[in-house]
Parts: sequence; C-alpha cells; structure tokens
Amino acid sequence: MILANKAVENAADHAVAAAAANPPGITKLTENAELFVMMVLLTLLAAITLAIIRQRNMFGVVILAGIYSFLMASVMIILDAVDVAMTEASVGAGISTVVLLATLHLTQSIEYPQRRSVLIPFFISVVVGAALVWGTSGLPAFGAKTAPIHGHVAPTFIQYSADHKMPPNIVTAVLADFRGFDTLGEVTVVFTAGIGVLLLLQGGWRVTGNGRRSEDDDEQQGMDSSGGTA
Amino acid sequence: MFYVATGAILLALLFVVIRAIKGPTVFDRALAGNSIGTLAILLLASYGFLTGRPEFLDIGLTYGLLNLIGTFAVLKFFRHGDLAYDITDDEEKPGWK
Repeated sequence: MILANKAVENAADHAVAAAAANPPGITKLTENAELFVMMVLLTLLAAITLAIIRQRNMFGVVILAGIYSFLMASVMIILDAVDVAMTEASVGAGISTVVLLATLHLTQSIEYPQRRSVLIPFFISVVVGAALVWGTSGLPAFGAKTAPIHGHVAPTFIQYSADHKMPPNIVTAVLADFRGFDTLGEVTVVFTAGIGVLLLLQGGWRVTGNGRRSEDDDEQQGMDSSGGTA
Repeated sequence: MFYVATGAILLALLFVVIRAIKGPTVFDRALAGNSIGTLAILLLASYGFLTGRPEFLDIGLTYGLLNLIGTFAVLKFFRHGDLAYDITDDEEKPGWK
C-alpha cells in the first residue's frame, strides 16, 4: 500500500504541476481532473490486482474481484463509455460474483501454494502483454480525426442508410441491416446459452434432489396437504 | 466545490480499498465492497457535475440496485451456501437440510 500511496501522490503532483504550467481555463481544469481521477482509479485497480494475486482466501478473492469490477466500471464512465460501464457493473460485479460464489460452495475456500515453478507462465504472460502493448502503437491516436473510422466508415454508413431507406436511427440500421447476420448470430448464442442454463438447472434439481422443486419435495407436500384435508 | 467533493470521494475510495485488502474477516471485505459500490455512485454523480454533463445520473440507479443485490447474494451465500435458501424451510420442516 505504500507503493499505492506514493503513486497517488505522484499523480497529485503531476496534476498540480500540469495546473501550474497551464493557465487556468475550464477545459484545462477538467482535463486535469480527468487525468487525476484516472490516475487514482488505475492505481487502486493495480493495488487490488496485486491483492488478488497474494490473497489465499478464495472468498476474499471473490469480493475483491467484485470491487475490481466496480472500479473498472468507474474507469469506463470516466472514459465516456457508459454502456460498457453498465455491462461491466452488471456482469462483473453482479453475475460473475454470484457464479464464483456458487463455484466456491462446491470447492474448498483456501488456495494452496503452487508447487511448480511459475517462471514459464510469467514469461509467456509478459511476452504476450508486451506484444499487445506494442500492437497498440499502430493504432491511430485516441479520438484522432484522421482515424479511418471517421474518414471512411461512418460517412459510408450515413450515406448508404439514407439512400436505401433504412431506419432513421443509424445505430439501429447498423445493428439490424449492416450487421444483420452478426446480430442473428449473437441472438443465437444468447438463446443457446439460455437453453443450456435451463437444462442444467432442471437436471441439477432432478439428480441431486436437494432443491425445493424436486419431485420428492412435491410428493411430500402432496402427502401433507392430503393429510391435512383428511 | 465539485473538485473538493471528487477529491474527498477518491480519498474515501483509497481508505476503503485499503480496508478491503487488509480486512481480517470476510465481513470487512463485504462491507468494503458495498461501500465501494456506493462511492462509485457518488463518484459518477460528482464527476458528471464536474465535467458539466450530469446526463449519466440514471446509471447510478442501476449501480445502486446491483450493489444491494450483490451484497445480499454474497452474504446469503456466506451464511447458507445457497442463493435460493428459504428461511421458512427451517421453521416448517426441521431437520430437512
């Protein structure tokens, strides 16, 4: 945590120095505030990641992962990606916490230390991470006007959807017309997942018989009610 | 004013994250998780006003609901190990579990 505190102090110094270097204008102040908030949130994310790695109690890991998702959703909001933030909060902090807890109920809640060496996995993850970071250097700058998406793709969508009498909402036109097969595939995946979950739930009730919807329970309730009326 | 509020919320986030990482018991961590959800809503609100675009306040409602349900789920799992556990089962059918 000393490291995290120091990083936060560095971020604060950075913001103060940037505010001193530039004349105080509204946009400059807002940019500095965004930078500062991002610095603090990313530092907290790094601290929580290290804590998840070091933590041996699985229940604590699950809760820390939920906290990570909430902080990451805040980062997404700062980056103006509100829809991604909503998904991150509901899936990361909501559903996966519950699923991880359900898994935890079936296993032990203490992690035993690894016997094997972690050098090779560490090496692989460092190499892959470095390759990904290196790959981002080929991307256009964040919000650049000369990016291909602004030069070719968006004007084509706008012109084509106007020419072919597509829905006036261009996002709907993109999702339903331009990417119609993609959306069909997504819907298929969601339906398949839903059917699979339903089958798993029913099968679990029938096999284990410890749920309240099992057949034994129904029989017992039926006997109770018949005994009550008789 | 919004700068001070945002800074205070970030400071509170720092303290709560320290508690979540150090927290000796599970309940410290669960409480820290709940507090971080609340602080995320507050940060969303104050940052929206700070940047002059408070249009995303509605997202805070979703966060609040998620936070409540998530904390309930965590604590219910910790207590019963089952999300659909009904406490009336104990009263009506003793020895069922």
